[in-house]
Amino acid sequence: MSVGTNGFELRKEIFADERDDNLNEIGKRTRRQDIEGHVTGRSPFYDDHLFDGLLHMRCVRSPHHHARVRRIDTAAAERMPGVVRIVTGRDVPVNLNTLLSLLDFGLDDEPILSEAKVAYKGEPVAAVIAETEAQARAAVQAVRVEWEVLPHVLDVEEALKPGAPSVNPAYPKNAFVYHGKYDHQKLRYGDLDRALAQADHVVEGRYQMSPIEQAPMETCGAIAAQEQNGRYVCYTGTQALFFSLGTASKVLNLPSSRLHFIGGTVGGGFGGKVDSVHEPLAILGTMLTGRPVKFQWDREEEMQVGAPRGAERWYITDGVMADGRIVARRFTGYFDCGAYTRLSSYAIIKGVGHLPGPYTIPNVYADVYCVYTNRTPATAMRGFGITGVDFAIEAHMDKVAETVGMNPVELRILNAYRDGDMKAHRRVAKNCALVECCQVAAEKAGVRLSPDLLAASSKTGGGGARGQLPAHTATDQNGRVEGYSSGSYAQKGGASAPASPAMPTPMPQPAPPPAPAPAASPPVASAPPPQPAPAAQPAKKPARSGAMRFSSLSGFRRR
Amino acid sequence: MAKIPVTLTHNGTERAAFADPGQNLLEFLRRGLGDLSPKYGCGQGTCGACTVTIDGETHLSCLVLAETAAGRDVRTAAGLAKGATLDPLQDAFMEHFAAQCGYCTPGMLVSARALLDRNPNPSREEVVEAISGNLCRCTGYEPIIQAILSVAGRRASA
Repeated sequence: MSVGTNGFELRKEIFADERDDNLNEIGKRTRRQDIEGHVTGRSPFYDDHLFDGLLHMRCVRSPHHHARVRRIDTAAAERMPGVVRIVTGRDVPVNLNTLLSLLDFGLDDEPILSEAKVAYKGEPVAAVIAETEAQARAAVQAVRVEWEVLPHVLDVEEALKPGAPSVNPAYPKNAFVYHGKYDHQKLRYGDLDRALAQADHVVEGRYQMSPIEQAPMETCGAIAAQEQNGRYVCYTGTQALFFSLGTASKVLNLPSSRLHFIGGTVGGGFGGKVDSVHEPLAILGTMLTGRPVKFQWDREEEMQVGAPRGAERWYITDGVMADGRIVARRFTGYFDCGAYTRLSSYAIIKGVGHLPGPYTIPNVYADVYCVYTNRTPATAMRGFGITGVDFAIEAHMDKVAETVGMNPVELRILNAYRDGDMKAHRRVAKNCALVECCQVAAEKAGVRLSPDLLAASSKTGGGGARGQLPAHTATDQNGRVEGYSSGSYAQKGGASAPASPAMPTPMPQPAPPPAPAPAASPPVASAPPPQPAPAAQPAKKPARSGAMRFSSLSGFRRR
Repeated sequence: MAKIPVTLTHNGTERAAFADPGQNLLEFLRRGLGDLSPKYGCGQGTCGACTVTIDGETHLSCLVLAETAAGRDVRTAAGLAKGATLDPLQDAFMEHFAAQCGYCTPGMLVSARALLDRNPNPSREEVVEAISGNLCRCTGYEPIIQAILSVAGRRASA
């Protein structure tokens, strides 16, 4: 054990195969490489780049949760002082995108500027470019949009009921489709029903989170300008420079070699600056006007249309023995991704890989839905996909402790995963350290633990039978959907519309049900998947052949 | 509309530029004078990223009409350093890890400098009060408070 400065305590002995060199930066004051710029006010945030003749872009936004766009009349706005150009969906070269399409994950489902319909309050349908910000604001008020208001749905479970308003045309039943065949993400491990039937107590709970805005000090935005040789420079506050570059390249149908992205100085992000909303529109504004264009959210937009951490609703049912051992845990989760996918489908894969939390439970079952509602699209924020369900799990642990009459810390130590235990996502746990964390927390909180629990260690008691896969895993096929190709996680080109000429492609016949681990096995077709005719998508880049698999585990540290 | 000539003292130097009618001091400083240290965070006087001093008093420059600053002494974070020599507060912010993304930092420094100029030995409570109009989303404020107190030559009293 070593105690550093600032009260840090480093217990490397807990981590069985931790690297043996010294982690000698922990607990030391190290100067940030960029801090001199910060304290002198010289750090170059995107808005700190001055351009002569800079134009300002502001969006015309939907006042409705859900509405069809009948007509957009820009005539009056175009005559307003200072207005240089008004951009609508017709001006966007590829006006349908999904962020993760760069990973071949998810259908293109979100217009850059909606032409047909809006699915959340604040969704943009046009962008005004004017000499000053005030002129752009005034002209936005003068754009006349004829709306046909549609029924909306704001609740995740309401959205999944038959007859609910269909939010997103790419997913008409309001649920993201996984592997091209399931309307939810599944986890099956052991035999939940049998274990629940044998448990001494069954503890149920319902947990609801709110959406959370990242609220960076610097609002999201970008400035674009012409460079030489047909190139465009884009100064941006993005947290994901190459992601934004790739998105702009796709949306503008420009080779990325014509885009020069400059960023890296981000005025607070917390996940909320990955959506690449501003860069394509600012560059498009420059392409259409020949002048530098800034597209910057004001604070109200940041709070209203900036994509938050998505709200989650979780139902948890635990089977518990009288001695506190949790033998079964079932989750039903609803992730409110708002009107468009953005990163929510991926967040759920992360979340399901994390279930049932840091505990060793032999029977785990989860159905987790990525649900479309007429709310602001959700996106990344600090551990998204994990934090919401962890809130639910830990609140539920307290409820279980109360039910069996145990101290909540003791219940956690008893059920904590140990090194060598098999996790429900079918990887062996190591370097767990939860037992030790609980012991330290109990000590600091003045909670007295029994000698047994004080002597417990995450390095002992694991493995063996606990490290084996369940003898039997009960599987099922509920939530199976038809009409999606399973050539990739969710093939580009959209759900096959029954009206489009379908070209059945020979595919292997149904294989045994795949292992529930998301990245473990390639999706297998259950039926010949119809594909849209090639002529149906003239402006789009061809879909990648041979799906690039998107691993939920790729971000995990592996040794 | 006619532009308005505005002459003011900016970080000790007399400067002049044209302001648009209705332009706020924040935009005037940034676009008119090219001082990019005050930041836009909200435009409605709630975040403090645009904090400057006018005649020694802190103001939210997004809420000040540029023309009303004419003839007055305006100071920003860009004027804290004297040549290559940083203000002790700037050194302390670097030393105490008092900035992460850096966007609130210029406004925070201006508020801190104004505090120390009128009260060289503030208590922790007085420091907290002085930066209460400056939002920071990264640090949790504690390193900032420690940095300011270290310059004040006082240890935390609470």
